[in-house]
Amino acid sequence: MSTRNGISKAAIKSLVWLLVLLFGIAGIIGLNKLSGEAKATFVPNLALDLSGGTQIILTPVVAEGVQVKEEQLTQAVSIIRQRVDSTGVSESQINTSGNNIVVSIPGIPDKNTLALIKSSAKLEFRAVLVASAGTKTTIGKEGSKPIKTSTAKPKDNSDLNLIDASTQKKYEKLDCAKSFRKPGQIDPTDKPLVTCNRDLTEKYVLGPVELDGQDLSDAQSGTVTGANGTATNEWAVDLSFNGAGGDKFGKITGRLFPLAEPRNRFAVTIDGYVITAPATRSVITGGTAQITGSFDQKSSSVLADQLKYGSLPISFMVQSQENISATLGSEQLQAGLLAGLIGLLLVVGYSVFQYRALSLLTLGSLGIAAALTYLMIALLTWRQDYRLSLSGIAGLIVAIGITADSFIVYFERVRDELREGKALNVAVEAGWNRAKRTILVSDAVSLLAAGTLFALTVGNVKGFAFTLGLTTLIDLAVVWLFTFPMFRLLAQTKFFASGHRFSGLEIRESSSFGYTGRGQFRVAPQVSGAKAAQSSKEAERRQTIAERKAAADSTVSSTQEETN
Amino acid sequence: MSRFNDFGNQLYSGERSINFISKRKVFYLVALAMLALSILLPAARGGFNFGIEFRGGSEYRVSASKVDSTIAAENAVHTIKPGVQVNTSTIGANTIRVQTPQLSDTESESVRLALAKAYKVKDSNVASSFIGPNWGADITSKAISGLVAFVILAAILMALYFRTIKMSAAALLALLHDLVITAGVYGALGFEVTPAAVIGFLTILGYSLYDTVVVFDKIRENTLEVEFSETATFAERVNLAINQTLVRSINTSIVAVLPVAAILFIGAFVLGAGTLRDISLALFIGIIVGTYSTIFIAAPFYSHLREGEAKYLKAAKKVFAKRA
Repeated sequence: MSTRNGISKAAIKSLVWLLVLLFGIAGIIGLNKLSGEAKATFVPNLALDLSGGTQIILTPVVAEGVQVKEEQLTQAVSIIRQRVDSTGVSESQINTSGNNIVVSIPGIPDKNTLALIKSSAKLEFRAVLVASAGTKTTIGKEGSKPIKTSTAKPKDNSDLNLIDASTQKKYEKLDCAKSFRKPGQIDPTDKPLVTCNRDLTEKYVLGPVELDGQDLSDAQSGTVTGANGTATNEWAVDLSFNGAGGDKFGKITGRLFPLAEPRNRFAVTIDGYVITAPATRSVITGGTAQITGSFDQKSSSVLADQLKYGSLPISFMVQSQENISATLGSEQLQAGLLAGLIGLLLVVGYSVFQYRALSLLTLGSLGIAAALTYLMIALLTWRQDYRLSLSGIAGLIVAIGITADSFIVYFERVRDELREGKALNVAVEAGWNRAKRTILVSDAVSLLAAGTLFALTVGNVKGFAFTLGLTTLIDLAVVWLFTFPMFRLLAQTKFFASGHRFSGLEIRESSSFGYTGRGQFRVAPQVSGAKAAQSSKEAERRQTIAERKAAADSTVSSTQEETN
Repeated sequence: MSRFNDFGNQLYSGERSINFISKRKVFYLVALAMLALSILLPAARGGFNFGIEFRGGSEYRVSASKVDSTIAAENAVHTIKPGVQVNTSTIGANTIRVQTPQLSDTESESVRLALAKAYKVKDSNVASSFIGPNWGADITSKAISGLVAFVILAAILMALYFRTIKMSAAALLALLHDLVITAGVYGALGFEVTPAAVIGFLTILGYSLYDTVVVFDKIRENTLEVEFSETATFAERVNLAINQTLVRSINTSIVAVLPVAAILFIGAFVLGAGTLRDISLALFIGIIVGTYSTIFIAAPFYSHLREGEAKYLKAAKKVFAKRA
């Protein structure tokens, strides 16, 4: 054991490390803020449930047994982010959460933004086989004539022989005005598709998928250039295909061009709905195509955006959509902070009641823990775009209790050592040696819980696990770098060392408890007669291993080193 | 405080001792009865009351409402969509929560505006949510896989640290007890099970084991080499450890429960149903049950598992022979 001076030195060294840690984090944030790093901040960002806004959770729709690849999700996130940004909404947050994508937008988004986010669908190109007005086809008594021309195998994707009797029946019965698709419905890509357009005015039988969004590299809206190079007032959407896509598109238009209306049309679908179905005017081999028609500036740019951003690698359905008003958010924040304050005051009150002057150490430790937590959250807000949510705040409030437990475990161990008759400065060291094991292993359990939950869960649970893990680590740092060294220093003051009645370390002699001075422990106070027999069990149990060994030599002696 | 401190002194010295080990049959019976009630009472009520996150549907919150009526909400919803079931409850001072079956986007927006009109507030004061029926199930199935993984890892960690698998077994039994009883209280009283409540359950898991580990570490210390002791048996040393950590257990659980009680109070009386109330309610029950089960179930059961080992039986015989 080191000398008193050595202890002070070691204690001060720990406290210096703590200051380095505190000012280090604050300094990093502060310097970056000063040097113009816009996102560096001392004010934690709030999540939607506190600041108000809309949260939309999208779930990928895949056929059973198909796994969603992580890169598909990342690509989807960046496409959705592009879409949201293109609407001018700032401060949106788009994250993956397990297999889901969580879109958080401040305020209440307008209909267009919502529609754009929700139409996170697969873009597909199919040839039109049959088209007609979007109402139920009236069929005479003799039944409908089969569309199928022969029983021969279909020779290409425009062949009417693709339409079997059941597809035909479905088409005839289809009334676009009535709901005909389940949300998130998956259509086989190699079979014909019976569907309507977005405006529900026209219904189609479409051939198998021939191109998808990945073959398309860009879509722009603009005006049509006239024959002599002059600009016209006609709006159009220009498509650019990538190499492979351009080749495929050339072959498709080569097949469609000679066919009669409506089989010379190709349809572009999003989420199974046709967004456009233009007719082919020529064989297009250059990899760029132009869609013209009754567009105005707005409708052409809407279509161009849909084509450009519609090419998500997988499609999604909305799992939940939640709007939180800003008023409700700030009410929740105030209530959460109020709860934290009341909780802290109660802990302070109880700890003063229990530990008297020693509670200053508890409160100091909690204060340091609070400062460290605040700085870490500010740091994570800046570096990781962390946002404090209501469940995160609940995690922090709960952490008050769990953090304080480390001090309680330590203080109780010190009291135990005092009860064995040690002087305070010795008890502080011996108590620490025992308490630190307990603190380490119990915090390991806590960290394990936080780590496992963080790795395996989603959404709010993840946020909560994160705060739990963060505060557990901070708890360890504070106990090591503040509580223990401060206690070492305090133990050298007369007030605490003398066991002043307000110090919280007062160990009063009780009838059977032997306190014989510094480092001395008088075992088995000699109780006489019947009581001795009755309490012998307990008296013996009180003995330490060293005492027991001594007892075996049938001498009752005092001992300085205990091992239990 | 001195009296409490004296109490601690006496527990530490053994002058005052509560015999947790020898009365363990009583505690086992109490635990069995509690577990049975935790299963039977919710079953009698017809299972858990799952929140909208599990059922799916649309929810609206009207904040700062100037009209204190729940009928107004029903009427407003029925003007848009006649005949649907509407559940309305008042939250806090002047927030009204309205739940309906799942409505389409356009219907939902119309209902939102109708509610704003009915309660004479700005449109922005009415928040609407739509929750698919899979949302809660999705979060819960992930939570359960997290729970199972954590329990296995924690059992391995404890077995390695304490060098005996019996401590893991005793700790996990107590953990199971805590989770079943907390869930049971939820079910029996018909509290709504929401994802926030699920978070609460998961925290209990961490807390319950944490508390058990602190006491078990003292037991580990006290029972080191107890097989060579001629003065105390294994069971007595375990009992002493429980007594010696009793003050700490009481202090810690009070300190842990105080902030949770504050959240519960604010959550229930100021905010009403919501994240804070749901998390804190589960925690409030869980912390109390968790502390109880460490003392009355985990430790006695651990002693139960080990005191029958040959080396401890032999040592105990010697101790009793010496005392006789």
